[in-house]
Amino acid sequence: MADEIIRLQDVVKTYKMGDHVVKALDHINLIVHSGEFLSITGPSGSGKSTLMNILGCLDLPDDGEYILEGRKVNQLKDNEMAVIRNQKIGFIFQNFNLISNLNALENVELPLIYRGWGAKQRREIALACLEQVGLAGYANHLPNQLSGGQQQRVAIARALAGTPPILLADEPTGALDRRTGKEVMDILEKLNTDGHTIILITHDMEVAQRAKRTVRIVDGRLYAGEEADHGIHHIH
Amino acid sequence: MGFITSIKMALRNIKGNKLRAFLTMLGIIIGVSSVIVLVAIGQGSTRSVTDSINNLGTNLITVNITTTDPPFSLDNINAIKKLNGVKNVSPVVSGRVTLKNNNEDTTEEVNLLGSDPAYKDIRILSVSQGRFISDIDMKFRQKVAVIGSTVAQNLFGNRSPIDQSLLINGDRYTVVGVLASKGGSMGQNIDETVIIPFTTAQRFLNTTYIQQFYAQADSAKRLDFAMLNIERYMAQVFNYDTDNYSVFNQQDVMDTMASVNRTLTLLLGGIASISLIVGGIGIMNIMFVSVTERTKEIGIRKSIGAKRKNILLQFLIEASVLSALGGLIGVGLGIFASELYGMATGTAPSLSLSVIGFVFLFSVAIGVIFGVFPANKAAKLPPIQALRFD
Repeated sequence: MADEIIRLQDVVKTYKMGDHVVKALDHINLIVHSGEFLSITGPSGSGKSTLMNILGCLDLPDDGEYILEGRKVNQLKDNEMAVIRNQKIGFIFQNFNLISNLNALENVELPLIYRGWGAKQRREIALACLEQVGLAGYANHLPNQLSGGQQQRVAIARALAGTPPILLADEPTGALDRRTGKEVMDILEKLNTDGHTIILITHDMEVAQRAKRTVRIVDGRLYAGEEADHGIHHIH
Repeated sequence: MGFITSIKMALRNIKGNKLRAFLTMLGIIIGVSSVIVLVAIGQGSTRSVTDSINNLGTNLITVNITTTDPPFSLDNINAIKKLNGVKNVSPVVSGRVTLKNNNEDTTEEVNLLGSDPAYKDIRILSVSQGRFISDIDMKFRQKVAVIGSTVAQNLFGNRSPIDQSLLINGDRYTVVGVLASKGGSMGQNIDETVIIPFTTAQRFLNTTYIQQFYAQADSAKRLDFAMLNIERYMAQVFNYDTDNYSVFNQQDVMDTMASVNRTLTLLLGGIASISLIVGGIGIMNIMFVSVTERTKEIGIRKSIGAKRKNILLQFLIEASVLSALGGLIGVGLGIFASELYGMATGTAPSLSLSVIGFVFLFSVAIGVIFGVFPANKAAKLPPIQALRFD
């Protein structure tokens, strides 16, 4: 098996809703290896988003350890988290989350801007990424001039631009019709074949089936899917 | 993220919402332009006051005598002439008279001045036709007159007034010279004056003593020295009773006027600055709205690696670009309005580069200061909450 890229150990996250304490993540253990295509499924409110936020370094766990590429990231400061998000993680969101007044090319360049790269280098890479998702001719289009599928492909290009070791896709087909959703999944599948590690979060079982490994989260606890392997531990 | 990239991004955001950007900048535009206009008008008026006082004569000391006991005579004047630091002294006697030309078809009420040859230099007068009063005129009490340009025009029209006769309160005088036009300043208009020899005037007005004289110091540096010597002499003459005379110089008047004007300029500029600050609050207000509107964008930017610093800088630069742009437009408008005011009133507002530069920098500073709050709010937004915002 390839190198271990993500390790979650006894990760706990709780939220307070008034007097009520919700355990969004209840001692989660998860190992992801480089080159994997993992899907995390679960009904809404199961803790999917919380898990995604922690995996994406958007949020910190209350307890437990998160080791990303051998580095403990569960106690990092704001700025260090920003660097990790910039270099290690490519986000693909349900609502694409493109910046509306920037064109496709500029949206794709964004992670490289925050990395402090020069304009020429940024442009070259961003154009290559757009080409990779089949949008070479759309560099100057604003997001509202693109279809949903195209917007999601721009978002994928943006996620790829920083060549992060992990692509984190949160319901990437949720806002698309079946056909375009399938196209997006084709791209993700292709990227995985090319060696990208992909973590897919979805409630749609059909979409989840396309991943090589599936885990399921229910009430903050993680269960191995049909093709469970040794990376997942049941905790009751 | 590079500085230039940030400015480009800020400009694009401003361009994307032109009307709002303009309305946001309006406060700064009005503030900057009003500071520039008001200060220009204030400084222009200071300069015109200074010019008009200088026009009366340079290094000028004026002495007024309010008593006739002991009488102050031409002998005293000659003694003052010999004092250290004094270049010229000229006694003056004045009155209101009626003038008639030789045809007796035009009558005019003017100021009569009796003085001596030194008066011309002291008051920086020049003669456009003929000559000024001479020492011989003084000695023999000649009935000659030098007339101002307006008087010449009114009494003689286009004819040359030289060697023409003139009736002053019915007394016949010969015109020997016409003064070059100088215009009025500080309540005196030399163009509407007739000047005759001091000795002649004394007889004409029936006085024997001198009530006013001008002295000129030999240099600006020695003005105080000359004034001190004159004061000392006057004190001796009047037995140290300072109620009987007053000595003052042009500089004192000028300083007083300038200080009044400076205060006024500061006051006007200060009031206008308040509108600049109000403009800054307008920017802050809009930036807060903008931060709320763009919460999602901030979340997106943070999710792909923007640090707090990047977001802070983005909003700060946007506020600064807004205020700088407003400042630039304000400077342009201010210069335009000052010129317009100058043309409309025939005065010369004085635009100074340092004031313009200062006001511009002040407006940028206001953008930064009032941008800090909203920018900081944006930078501190937690990424998940910002992403969830719709």
